[in-house]
Amino acid sequence: MTVPVLSLKDITKVYGRGDAEVRALRGVSLSVERGDYVAIMGASGSGKSTLMNILGCLDVPTSGRYHIDGTDVGSLDERRLAVLRNRKIGFVFQSFNLIPRMSALANVELPMAYGGVGAADRRARALAALEQVGLSDRVRHEPNELSGGQQQRVAVARALVTAPALLLADEPTGNLDTASTEDVLGILDGLSASGRTIVIITHEDDVAAHTKRVIRLVDGQIIEDRRQAPVDGLPPRMPEVIA
Amino acid sequence: MSRLEILRFALRGLAANKLRSFLTTLGILIGVAAVILLVAFGEGASQSIQQSIQRLGANTLTISASFAGGGGGAGGGRVSAGQNAGPRTQARSLTLEDARALTDREQVPSVRSVSPVVTANSATAVHEGASHPIAQLVGTYPSYFEATNKPVESGTYFVNDDVIAARKVMVIGRTVAEGLFGTADPVGKPVSVSGVPFTVIGVLKESGSTGMQDADDVAIVPLPAVQQSLTGFGALGSIIVQATGADATDSAQAEVTAVLNQRHGITPTGTADYRILNQATLQETVSSTIGIFTALLGAVAAISLLVGGIGITNIMLVTVTERTREIGIRKAIGAPRSAILGQFLLEATVLSLVGGLVGVAIAFAGTRFTIAGISPVLVPSSIALALGVSVGIGLFFGGYPANRAAKLRPIEALRHE
Repeated sequence: MTVPVLSLKDITKVYGRGDAEVRALRGVSLSVERGDYVAIMGASGSGKSTLMNILGCLDVPTSGRYHIDGTDVGSLDERRLAVLRNRKIGFVFQSFNLIPRMSALANVELPMAYGGVGAADRRARALAALEQVGLSDRVRHEPNELSGGQQQRVAVARALVTAPALLLADEPTGNLDTASTEDVLGILDGLSASGRTIVIITHEDDVAAHTKRVIRLVDGQIIEDRRQAPVDGLPPRMPEVIA
Repeated sequence: MSRLEILRFALRGLAANKLRSFLTTLGILIGVAAVILLVAFGEGASQSIQQSIQRLGANTLTISASFAGGGGGAGGGRVSAGQNAGPRTQARSLTLEDARALTDREQVPSVRSVSPVVTANSATAVHEGASHPIAQLVGTYPSYFEATNKPVESGTYFVNDDVIAARKVMVIGRTVAEGLFGTADPVGKPVSVSGVPFTVIGVLKESGSTGMQDADDVAIVPLPAVQQSLTGFGALGSIIVQATGADATDSAQAEVTAVLNQRHGITPTGTADYRILNQATLQETVSSTIGIFTALLGAVAAISLLVGGIGITNIMLVTVTERTREIGIRKAIGAPRSAILGQFLLEATVLSLVGGLVGVAIAFAGTRFTIAGISPVLVPSSIALALGVSVGIGLFFGGYPANRAAKLRPIEALRHE
């Protein structure tokens, strides 16, 4: 058995102190294998955004241990965390978060620029990633010249261009219409089929239906962990997407 | 992440807001250009005044009588041997004998020539109905021409024989020549001064006006000629002593002081009844005065440079706030703190450096013009200083906003709208 991509043990997160204390996470333990496709669901206030920040190494847990791809995150300083985010994690945000006034290509190249990839190699990989999300004809466009769905596809390309161990999507379809939602989920399904490990934070059942495993979070605790498809199989909605 | 990459991000950041970048640059630009230009004008003024002083004659000492009880020694460059040391009982004026004593090679070896001078002020010269009030009618010896740097342009100088024979000959300045003769050649023409007939034998080269006084409104005649007819054989107005060289002016002054003290019976503790104006001292005083003046101008300009720097801080703070979300995105996808710090620091430095370079270019262009008769002289150190300071300003004033950007926590930055 290989090392799991994500391994959380008794993660807690407490904001504020004294009377204002908020326990956002109360002992979350979780393990995600390579190639899995997980939806983390929960109502607003359930702690899923906090979990997402911790999974993405944007925030540190109050207690508990967190390993990503075998690396203990708790022992890292800020500089190493930045490197870790760059190498191991690809982010897709609800509000796309592309950098304005930079072309789609430059946006996709950005993580590799911080990762120290050479210019020629960078360009080739960015073009390949954009092709993978079906935007080869939009590489020179700036974010404000793209539709929401296209922007999110650029964001997906940016997330996967560094070949990260984990693709972390926070409500990736929250700001999209139905057609664009199908586009983006289709791309994620395809990535999962090709072996990427993906974690989606969502509150929509339709989105969760695409995944192989659904984890439900209530009041900072996991109350349900349901498998919809085997880790090494295809995503459950894959046939429909192809059809 | 290479430095070149960070520079590219910085340039892209600046290009995204061209007008703002330009206006911010303007502050530094004006500051740098002002520093260089004002220092250049100060230097130009200093050099032109130095030249004017030089024109008065090189390496000369002007000895004049001092009857003012020692109270008149406050002027720049005046060196009197002991002032305010009590009332004098016998103040002697300068005489021709004093001047002769100063030609003694043994006692005053550093002196090259001695020219006794009497001056008749406001003498009116007349030639065939045209009259001109001569500001300065000088009676002296031929060595005066060299000592005071007054070369003759047309005609000749008068010589020692003219002095011995007290011939009524006259060398006139350009202003006098134009006043009396217009465009005609004055050489050989008769001129009467207060009824006394003189013959013009030469015209001085134009030396230009120095400040309020027109140095060309002058007539120079042999000493006895002016004494006989206009001033009488009384005291000398002054004695002009030329030293053997630039290094010799101080020793010449010491020697002259010794001789005159002896002749006038002045004890080492007494107050001298004459004063010596040293050309070199005057020059030093003037240049130090102008140095202060230039430093003041530079300081005023430096303040505008400082204000420009604060402008950079201001605009960089706005930029950082405005781009908080972008900073959050960059951090989320793995930008290390140093890359963010570098990017914003570079943006500030590029702004100030570009402003500095354009400022230097404008200063270069500006110093090609002559303003108020002063042609500016670029001082290389002021360029280096202004440029260095402008880069320093970028680093210093950009440092705070850049540090603030680098310290932002990614989750908070991402939440920022």
